[in-house]
Amino acid sequence: MIRHQPRLRALLSAGITLLLIMGLIASQWLLGDTPQQMQFDARLAPPSLAHWFGTDALGRELWARTLAGLSISFWVGCLAALLSTLIALSLAALAALSRRLDALVSLLIDTLLSVPHLILLMLIAFALGGGTQAVIIAVAATHWPSLARVLRAELLHLRQAPYVRISRALGKSRWFVLHSHLLPHLLPHCLIGALLLFPHAILHEAALTFLGFGLSPSQPAVGVLLAEAMRYLTGGYWWLGVFPGLGLLIMVLCFARLGSNLRRAL
Amino acid sequence: MALDVRLINFITQELAQGIAKRLARLTLVLLCVALVSFGLMMASPIDPIDAYLGPQMAQVSPEQRELIAQRWGFDAPPVVQFSHWLRQLLSGDLGWSHVYNQPVSEVIGQRFQRSIALLGGAWLLSALLGFSLGVVAGAKEGSTLDKIISTYAYITASTPAFWLAILAVLLFSVFLGWTPTCCAGPTGILSQQVSLAQRLHHLVLPIATLALLGIANITLHTRHRMLEFMRSEVATHAFAQGASRLDVAWRHGIRHACLPAMTLAFASLGELFGGSILIEQVFAYPGLGQATVAAGLRSDIPLLLGIALFTALFVSIGNLMADSLYGVIDPRIKLGDL
Repeated sequence: MIRHQPRLRALLSAGITLLLIMGLIASQWLLGDTPQQMQFDARLAPPSLAHWFGTDALGRELWARTLAGLSISFWVGCLAALLSTLIALSLAALAALSRRLDALVSLLIDTLLSVPHLILLMLIAFALGGGTQAVIIAVAATHWPSLARVLRAELLHLRQAPYVRISRALGKSRWFVLHSHLLPHLLPHCLIGALLLFPHAILHEAALTFLGFGLSPSQPAVGVLLAEAMRYLTGGYWWLGVFPGLGLLIMVLCFARLGSNLRRAL
Repeated sequence: MALDVRLINFITQELAQGIAKRLARLTLVLLCVALVSFGLMMASPIDPIDAYLGPQMAQVSPEQRELIAQRWGFDAPPVVQFSHWLRQLLSGDLGWSHVYNQPVSEVIGQRFQRSIALLGGAWLLSALLGFSLGVVAGAKEGSTLDKIISTYAYITASTPAFWLAILAVLLFSVFLGWTPTCCAGPTGILSQQVSLAQRLHHLVLPIATLALLGIANITLHTRHRMLEFMRSEVATHAFAQGASRLDVAWRHGIRHACLPAMTLAFASLGELFGGSILIEQVFAYPGLGQATVAAGLRSDIPLLLGIALFTALFVSIGNLMADSLYGVIDPRIKLGDL
């Protein structure tokens, strides 16, 4: 039934994602400082009824740390995707304004796309000295090119639309046309673009943090949890490595499905 | 005869022009990469003198610092520093890596030799497997096989690369004990004495993990192309003539889908390299990716810049190949568009 109704599918995945977000926000309130509480009588305890996901080397509850890590990822991802969309939108608008700016923007896009994402992320995080802010800026600064390309193509196409040409012929300025005709048309593209950027942003944030360039090791971010788990892998403490990554996978999957379902529905 | 000669002349001229245009663009982009990465390094709050001195930082007086700054040219304005660096770069001198205590070009050369086995193996495997899975899934939309393959591709597309590597280490190295947990050879043996079999044994798991991640993208893309083709008029016509689904997919669909898949394979080299950084880190494989992380964490600026430029060249050549292949495989695409 559902598979043939794109709108229903989109609604369904939106509902699931919303539930996930609400759960994460609620957990932030309910958890308090559980993610950092150490229990020295229960170090490296395997998953059980008392310790759902097991505990780490300092006896901290892994389920609480995973939830806390996911909400950090969520906020970082949100901010980065938003910032990235803003950059893409403004650069696409600039590119549509004049030929020279267009050439400049496309050179910038080519430059950014020719360096592997992760290396560029490292360079930017290095330049900003690490930390949460640096990660957000780095992720935002590297993820806009693909969306900017889509928006630019859409803008160039729209510029030839009859209503835009009539508006121009009637003597309206470029800026007027841009913000009252073109931008409203682009907003749905931006929304979907941001949603599709979001999973990439989260994955790259986690990767950067895992390598040691991102969030500080004192925060229970997913990348930090997995980097800590690396030290205990050979001891067979599997839960440290499995659960945080599984949580991240589920969150990314939810958002990726929402993005592609929405794109199909609109 | 005369027409043929003229045509050939025309084509070679067009081709040469296309290639010249591409190369000019490549140079410009690389110059921009150099400028951007140099600018980022200049903006970094990490003091290059501190990074150079390392733990001896405390034993150096301010006067000596000034001397070091003068010796390395840190007191010159950024533009002068950049032009100096660029001139050295053009003469083939990438600088000195203080982490490895070797010239940067040597570090990159040695490390890349180890990484190329990992990258190449994973690249070939993911391209071939990804393409065939995509064809199989796209040939019959909605079949059980299609559902399994697409679900698999959607899930791996959202999987963090390093997490998959951690799972692989846990399962195959720790619990099953089939493969070693680290490095490019057994510990305690000189790298020259490691046999080919040992080398492969250490490479199997990293290659498999990296390939597993690369497959998703190509599979989804190829599947999409195949679906598109199976709904097209050409396919309908073939069906009407009595051709079976297998026949249509095998004879026509593959040709339709192979070009975009190949382009994607070449265009995804950057992604592949990014994945290899994470996977080398998890498997402690001493390749270029691990050197990148070490350079970044220990502020080895010349090495970091060198790697950024090198990978940009690597990715750009991949893109160039992707574009050129288009013209070679599909002659309908005009040479002038190269």
